[in-house]
Amino acid sequence: MHYAIVDFVTDIAQNACESGASRVGIVFSEDDERVDVIVEDDGKGMGAEQLARALDPFYTDGEKHPGRKVGLGLPFLKQAAEQDGGRFRIRSEKGRGTAVEFGFDKRNVDCPPVGDVPGMLLSALCMPGGHEMTIARRRGSLSYEVSKSELIEALGNLEEVSSLTLLKQFLRSQEEG
Amino acid sequence: MARMTLDELRALRETKRQDLARRDVEGKDIQIIVGMGTCGIAAGAKLTFDALVDSIQKHGLESKVIIRQTGCMGLCYVEPTVEVVFPGMPTVIYGKMTSDAAEALVQKHLVEHALLDNHIFDRPAADILKK
Repeated sequence: MHYAIVDFVTDIAQNACESGASRVGIVFSEDDERVDVIVEDDGKGMGAEQLARALDPFYTDGEKHPGRKVGLGLPFLKQAAEQDGGRFRIRSEKGRGTAVEFGFDKRNVDCPPVGDVPGMLLSALCMPGGHEMTIARRRGSLSYEVSKSELIEALGNLEEVSSLTLLKQFLRSQEEG
Repeated sequence: MARMTLDELRALRETKRQDLARRDVEGKDIQIIVGMGTCGIAAGAKLTFDALVDSIQKHGLESKVIIRQTGCMGLCYVEPTVEVVFPGMPTVIYGKMTSDAAEALVQKHLVEHALLDNHIFDRPAADILKK
């Protein structure tokens, strides 16, 4: 099970980046009481039956890992959110994309720690794939938006460690408000 | 630290690029691939990713190394996993790569050009190799 809320976001964002999407969007909002996240993509999506089965931990489409019997990403998230007084919702359409929305109630004693948000955004922005990624971040009165294309334009290849170091510095500075 | 603008980021990039150009003799031929599947993330792969970035910078190797992320490499029992592709050395998949182990990996594999003992788990499991 993931330790922090940002780990769930990394996991779902990684799915979105592998979905064949041309656009991936992440919205990460929080205040003193709640954390609300949306991860959406315009990738391959799922039909109704496949979507229902995606929430079963003992189901996987077998494409990523032939022979495997489990698929834990979405079921872990649903369980964690719902058992802590939060919420979980997924919408998906075959050929159109998927949107995962979830929230955690920070006042609940079982709510996981939020974790390192700029660190998570760094990892998400640098996931491989030719897609555009937009990120909207809000924390109380702080808010900022960044997109993968503008960062590539400023830094070049984001996978180079020299770019990663600067991007990390940039994202941390955005959190300063 | 004040919030940085994209223009400031660009300017910083230019300054660093000039610094790095002087050192950039061998090209970017070292690849490090971090497993970011559900299993990897649950085991702390994001901390490993951060530790690798910091440690590579500390050793002044940032102009030579590319860090990629991938899904599960098929070695869920020894996550976090990190694959290292280094010219002239065998390609190795390391397991149980906590952030401490990641620092040891940079020192041993990238700096000393030797393999890091007790963390070698070789190639991915056969079930995930692409045909």
